[in-house]
Order: sequence, then structure tokens, then C-alpha cells
Amino acid sequence: MNVTVMQLTARNLLGRRRAMFLVILLLLLLGLAMLTRWASDASPNASSVLANGFALGTVLPLMGLLVATGVIGAEIDDGSIVYMLAKPLRRREILFSKLAVGFAAVFIFAVLPTMAAVVIAGDEGGQLMLAYGVSAVLAAIAYTAIFVTLGIVTRNAVVFGLLYALLWETVLGGYVPGIRAVSVRQWALSVAERMLGSQANGWAVTSEVGMTTGLVMLGLVTVAAVYLGVRRLRTLTLNSIE
Amino acid sequence: MADNKAAPDAAATPEQSQGVIHDIGFRHYDGPRLGRGWIVRSLLAETFRGVFGFGRPARAKIMPWILVGILLAPPLIFALIAVLLSLDALPMSYTAYLPGMQFVVSLFVASRAPYCVSRDLRHGVMPLYLSRPIRRNDYVLAKFAGLALAMFAVLAAAETLLFVGALLAKLPLGAQITGYLQGLVVAVLLSLVLAAIGLVIAAVTPRRGLGVAAIITVLVVLSGFAAIVAVLLTRAGSASLGNYLGSLDPYALVDGIAVSWFGVDSAFGRQADLGLAGGVAYAVGATAIVAGGIALLMRRCKKVGIA
Repeated sequence: MNVTVMQLTARNLLGRRRAMFLVILLLLLLGLAMLTRWASDASPNASSVLANGFALGTVLPLMGLLVATGVIGAEIDDGSIVYMLAKPLRRREILFSKLAVGFAAVFIFAVLPTMAAVVIAGDEGGQLMLAYGVSAVLAAIAYTAIFVTLGIVTRNAVVFGLLYALLWETVLGGYVPGIRAVSVRQWALSVAERMLGSQANGWAVTSEVGMTTGLVMLGLVTVAAVYLGVRRLRTLTLNSIE
Repeated sequence: MADNKAAPDAAATPEQSQGVIHDIGFRHYDGPRLGRGWIVRSLLAETFRGVFGFGRPARAKIMPWILVGILLAPPLIFALIAVLLSLDALPMSYTAYLPGMQFVVSLFVASRAPYCVSRDLRHGVMPLYLSRPIRRNDYVLAKFAGLALAMFAVLAAAETLLFVGALLAKLPLGAQITGYLQGLVVAVLLSLVLAAIGLVIAAVTPRRGLGVAAIITVLVVLSGFAAIVAVLLTRAGSASLGNYLGSLDPYALVDGIAVSWFGVDSAFGRQADLGLAGGVAYAVGATAIVAGGIALLMRRCKKVGIA
């Protein structure tokens, strides 16, 4: 980890218009949480549907993508990454610094709002908030690693990332049940399901996989993504073709 | 101006050197020029081709054609289902198909709209365009028409495949033709509305990559938000208000137009009958989006410098 790299990354990420989108998404989630509370009398069930479908299913992957393209995609695109890569720093160190900033941003702009949304929309003794919080943290780690690496691998990172995050998990998952088991969201949800125990079913917190499988897969995917990212960053070629 | 001293002939013909900074002795062109209309046409054609990656390297073709492929695959499957189960209608109606595939359509517009306007703004080449006999608004209209036409080509291709599939499955012809025409109207409306939204967002986010993310964020979040608001309001007993607010989502807006103009079933399962008022309100909404989008683009292009 390198403090200067982290500072530069954070400034890149939060400056300009990107921060605006992050804040809009966050406010939208909280606004919806209030609407849900008003419409469903603070039932944990509706709150869980909101957190599962909108917060974990849409906001978190979108936020991951916005942040990932912010921490490394933009720099690769305008070519300024060469100045950072030319410094006597390990590529690993650069990537880890960027990942740390990216995760922090996703945590602040997506994970905390998810927990807040659950509390606002309706909760029972903070159980639901805690369960979704842990799930969101796990999913945030995996999404950050995957999307940052994707940003290094391809210039179309946003489109491919979205195809995976939304089309793969929601549309294809609806038709082919097996696909549902191969998804960051389901793996992360498995932990929430276990944490809620017997109440999970009643609150519609169900996952396609067990907790052990979920955690192992999350870990595997995250490590693989980081490893691939470091490798690609070592031999990064810049070209100007759009 | 050392060159001028070496070539005194250039100074001898002052009427030719008008409007020329350095006359280095090349022959002048005095013939007819193709002019403004031709420039607009070329710009439109270039935009249309570029959306699909024609005339660009192979890696620029990957993204659009993957999305086009995803959009065109289901009609074939629907036709197959209709044949195998000997249905008397397609499993999904013409007007419901495009809103049903809204995510892919959104991705298409999100990945292509920045291509149309962001590069020109980012690299500061607008002054070069404007140094030709073309007006600023011509540029905006050509870009808008190019993207909207390209979108329509893709959406209409999907509808046509549905129609061809229905014909091959020997479904009753009359109903299919009406459905096909209704589907084409939906395709026209969607391509106009989405092109307007996409271009406006792309024009204010010229940085590479950000435009794509911004457009998709706006469209997906609008859809999600509108759907949830509509469900909540309907459950709370005010279905028509839910329908109207649900049309914050451009797909639901176009779907609402289809429902009230053609009397088809809503792709979003919205039950409330808004009648004439709804049809008018939705149409006004769609017109406002397109006209407002073009106006915003024209405003955006007023201040484009070299920087």
C-alpha cells in the first residue's frame, strides 16, 4: 500500500462528475427505503425485498463498476497510468492501493447506505441490518476486485461488467436455474441466510448455495481476480484504439 | 514570411490570396462544392456506420455486435417454441418484446451514444467541424438522427425476426401484421427517446468510460425506481398515479403509449386504464424528452472550445 497512490486515486475517484453519480445512487436508495416504509408499514419483509433486489442486485454492482472505472479505468483510458507505472513501485503495491480506495468508496457509498436503507425501511432488532451489512461487505470486496481487474483487462469493462452483473444474474438466472448459483450476489446472500437462521425464509432471504460454498467461492473469485489484475498490470500495453 | 520573398509570384495575384493565410503555390479549386447538406448527410452516415463499428477496426465491432446478437437471439427461440408447442400466438407480443429486453437495449444505447458525441467534445475537434459550411445545430441533428436511425435499425431487426418467425410458424397472418406494425411504432418511439437521453448524458460526460456508466446508471436506476414506485402506489390504492410515476422509466413511457394507442396488454403488467388522458400525457412526455434532449444538446454545443 502506498499513501500517495491512494491519495491520487481518491482524488481521481471523487473529483469531477463521477462523485455526483455515486451520491445520486445513494440518495435514491435512501429515498426508496422511505417510500417502502411508508407503503408497507415498516415490515421487515418489504425491507428485505428492497435490500435484496435493489440494493444488492442493482446499486451495489453499479457502484462497484462506477468506482472501478474511476480508480483505474479512467487513468488507463487517458494514458496517465504510465506515469504511475514508471515510478519505482511494485505493480502489486499500486493495485492494492487502488483496490483499498475502491473498496472504501464502495463501502461508504453502497454498503453503509444499504444498511441504512434496511433500518429506514423496516427492521427487527437490527438483525436484518446486520445480515445485509455483512453480505454487502462480502459482495463489495468481490465486486471491487472483479471490476477493477476487468477495467485493466478490457476497455469495455463497463459493458461487460454490466452484462455479468445484471443480465447474467437476473435475466439468464430466471431461465436457467444453474446460473443462479454462479453469482456473487447469491454467494454473499448465503451468509445473510445463515445469520438469520430460521427467520430467513419468512423474510425472503434465500440463497441458492450454502454458506461454506458461498464463502469459498467468494474467496476464490476475489483472489483470482486480484492475481490476474496484478499480472495484467505488469504487462500493460496502452493503445489508442477505441 | 521568408518564403514570400523567394516567391514573388504569389504576391502578384492578390485576388487569389484572399482568405488564404499562406499561398504556397498550389492550384486552387474553383468548382462546385457539395455544401452544407452533403456535410450533414456524411456526418449522419458516419455516425450510423460507426455505431455498428463499420469502417473501424475489428475490436470496435465486438461490443455492438455482441449486444445485437443478444437482442436478436430470443425471436428465433420464440418462433421455435411457437412451432413446437403449436401455439396460436408468439410467447411474447411484439410490443412487449423490446421493453422486456430493456436491459440489453439500454446497454446498446449506453455503449454507443458516447461514441457519437463524446470523442468530438473530448478531443476538441468541434471547431474543425464548425469551420466548414455547417451550422452548430446541423451537427446536433445529424448526430441525433444517426444514433436514432441506428437504434431503430437494431430494434426493427428484432421485430422483423419476430414477424418472420411467426410467419414460419404459420400463425394467423392478420393478427401478426397488426402486431408487427405496432411493434415497429414502439421501436420508433424507443429509438427516439433513448437516443435523446443517451446523447444528452454522453455530451455532459465526455470522459471515456464515464459516459457509458452514466447512461446505464440513469436508465437502470430510473427503471428500478419507477417500477418500485409504481408497485408501491398501486398497492396503496392509487393505481393511476402509480402508472404515471412509473413512466419515469422511458420504456414504461413508450409501453404506456402502446397500451393507450393500440389497446395492447402492458409489458409491465400495469392494470390501470388511463384512457385518452393517459395516451395524450404519455405522448406529450415522449415529445418533451426528445425535444428537450435536442435543445439541451444544442445548448451544450454552443460552448465548445479547443481545450
